[in-house]
Amino acid sequence: MTERSPREKRDPLARKKARHVSPATRSRAMHAMSARAAQGRFVLQVCTDCDKATYPPRDACPYCWGELVWQDRPNGAEILCETVIRTSTDLYFRDHLPWRMGKVALDAGPVALVHLHQDLGVNDRAAVRLMLDRGGNAALFALPPTGEIDMTDPQLREFTVPVVGKTVLVSDASSAIGLAVVKALHDAGAGLIVAGMLPPERLTDQKHPILNLDGVQPVPLDIVDQVSLSEALSKVGGPLDIVINTARHVRGGGVSEQANIVEQRRAFDVSAIGFTRLAQACAPMLAGRSHGAFVDLISSDALAGATDNAAFAAAEAARLSLLQSFRHEMRAAGVRVLSVFTGPVEDEHHQPVPPPKVAPARLAAAIVDALHQGREQSCVGDVASDAMARWLSDPMLYAREKNL
Amino acid sequence: MSRTPAPYDDVAVCAPVTAPYVRFSPESAHWWAGKVLRQLAQDTGFGPADIDGFCFASFSAGPDTAVGLTQHLGLTPRWLDHLPTGGASGVMALRRAARAVQCGDAEIVVCLAADTNQIDSFRHSLANFSRFSQDAVYPYGFGGPNATFALITDAYMRAFGVTREDFGKLCVAQRANAMSNPLALQRRPLSLEAYLAARPIADPVHLFDCVMPCAGAEAFIVTTPEIAKARGLAAASVLATIERHNAFPEDPVQLRAGWAMDIDQFWASAGISPADVDSLQVYDDYPVIVAMQLADLGFCKQEDVADFIRSTSFAIDGDLPLNTNGGQLSAGQAGAAGGFQNMTEGLRQILRQPLGDQVPDAEISVVSGFGLVNYDRGICTGAAALRAMK
Repeated sequence: MTERSPREKRDPLARKKARHVSPATRSRAMHAMSARAAQGRFVLQVCTDCDKATYPPRDACPYCWGELVWQDRPNGAEILCETVIRTSTDLYFRDHLPWRMGKVALDAGPVALVHLHQDLGVNDRAAVRLMLDRGGNAALFALPPTGEIDMTDPQLREFTVPVVGKTVLVSDASSAIGLAVVKALHDAGAGLIVAGMLPPERLTDQKHPILNLDGVQPVPLDIVDQVSLSEALSKVGGPLDIVINTARHVRGGGVSEQANIVEQRRAFDVSAIGFTRLAQACAPMLAGRSHGAFVDLISSDALAGATDNAAFAAAEAARLSLLQSFRHEMRAAGVRVLSVFTGPVEDEHHQPVPPPKVAPARLAAAIVDALHQGREQSCVGDVASDAMARWLSDPMLYAREKNL
Repeated sequence: MSRTPAPYDDVAVCAPVTAPYVRFSPESAHWWAGKVLRQLAQDTGFGPADIDGFCFASFSAGPDTAVGLTQHLGLTPRWLDHLPTGGASGVMALRRAARAVQCGDAEIVVCLAADTNQIDSFRHSLANFSRFSQDAVYPYGFGGPNATFALITDAYMRAFGVTREDFGKLCVAQRANAMSNPLALQRRPLSLEAYLAARPIADPVHLFDCVMPCAGAEAFIVTTPEIAKARGLAAASVLATIERHNAFPEDPVQLRAGWAMDIDQFWASAGISPADVDSLQVYDDYPVIVAMQLADLGFCKQEDVADFIRSTSFAIDGDLPLNTNGGQLSAGQAGAAGGFQNMTEGLRQILRQPLGDQVPDAEISVVSGFGLVNYDRGICTGAAALRAMK
């Protein structure tokens, strides 16, 4: 186990470091590229007539004026030339100079300007990843094609969310998922993990080995309760870098059949109203940080409803909607809002559900990975991946099949 | 090329005018246009009513275009053009105006470029320059044109063995030429040692490889030889011109530009060869583009460009007088006027009206323009050969 660094201390009278984001104006076509980059895909526009790939994003094929569609393409490349930018008029980049960038010839055809990893130079082969910059827009980042990538590259760190030494709040650590997340964050080197414990206090929690790990601080927290939330945040007692919202209220039941209005209200209170409370309270804290992030764990049932879990799915749909708006708000502050979709989890709430189910530890690992990769949207497990693929290809058909 | 362009019969180019540049100006592009027109009127005697053709280039006149300028400046032209081509706009203005005069659509065409440079206006104009830049250039470090040309320079140096010393020779020569030009913003002597020791901006581009943005205006008149003579204006004829946009899109990096597509036709139409050129005024936003033009315009082979630079004197009294006013690298880059100052200087040398020292026995000038980095390279290129009328 690595030794934990002492927590950052801040002079309350010192002028805060102003945070800037990278230039954010983009064309509509570029936004379409960013939407795909958010899923971790490497895509280029390809002509439906001549099949040639093009970049930067256009509105017509430059070879035959045919229609362009987005397609996954190989991401190999060769570096043609490079520069180190040492002056800039942009406030964000001025904070991060010098900045290495270059031009690559993509195996897929076009040439492109890229951010250049420190281990790469001219004539090297590279794997180009489509990542989201601090303004939330897609950018090409050239990385070494093989071997372990040095994640301490200062430019790459701008595209990811480092966990080592950071202060993280887990909104509900009393569940199987929450405990696994606390463990994964601890293993990843987080400096302080504030573990929200849903009241009432349980005697077994006090002795739980995960909650007694070095750097883990359990606090009572119910995000539905504003007083509880304020008290918990006051106990953070310093900068807060990352919030992981694991709170959810999973209960079965339909709309007119086997419906329980009390459970339904609680589901909405946790997934929607609780989300808003948590986001409101944490946003200013995260905005002051160099690598602020908010990760939301969300059910893939949010995409198109679920007959057997109608209330839960509806609450999660509301959460997804709020999440989109919150993400947009936080882009201006350079705070990443990441969503991690999952299907049924191997926990007490999914006892009647047959496999496949996602183990809490796997979910937790996916959350840490999403942070490390800066991936805006992840799907964990077969159920969530399948749901997302079907929803993306034909949302109406998927909603119908999902609610048969 | 299926048709050979018609020669420019009965066309006279005259009255090069420069409104002295300043580093920053609180005034508008309209003000600068007015200032250079006033100077033009003093030099030629032409007033607003005489001018029946107007061609305008500017980056900072927004929201106005050439249309707004007519009313703003009291012009009633029967021929109007607006050029968004920046560094290539001088040559392009000449081409369009010459055909208009030749064909009788206009008789006295004022070609004018004016740009202001307010504090912080460079950053703003950069941020809104082009869609490809917003999508695929600025997000990569926001180095502006310095970064784009750093990449081109890096590739060019690797491809042709050109060194920083070679680029330094070009910059030092231009600075030496600028020393006699009272309007040049940078006239202090520049040594090769100082050039090499300058701070890096975007490797391998260093401080003295970069132009200084400034405010200023340039203008010239295209008319008939008869009118020029009647007004007592020294004039030049147009031997040949070329223009090309988005040439060689398949080249991964810009190691040559549009001139290379049309250069044989250019010299054939002009009826001269590079050896006949007395003054060469090329676009010089960065020395790599100067080197590129030396090859693409036919003064040397692409692969020999380093040797050519090393063995040639670019002084006003040298083998190949180059950018004799100091070019933009020493005189300053006044936005779109930067694409006109090569034209006015080329004219001045053969009309024997230099701002500084005169190129001995100058009769023929070649002027070359390069403009508009839309994404990763300059898109617009053009060149013109001018000969003094007897």
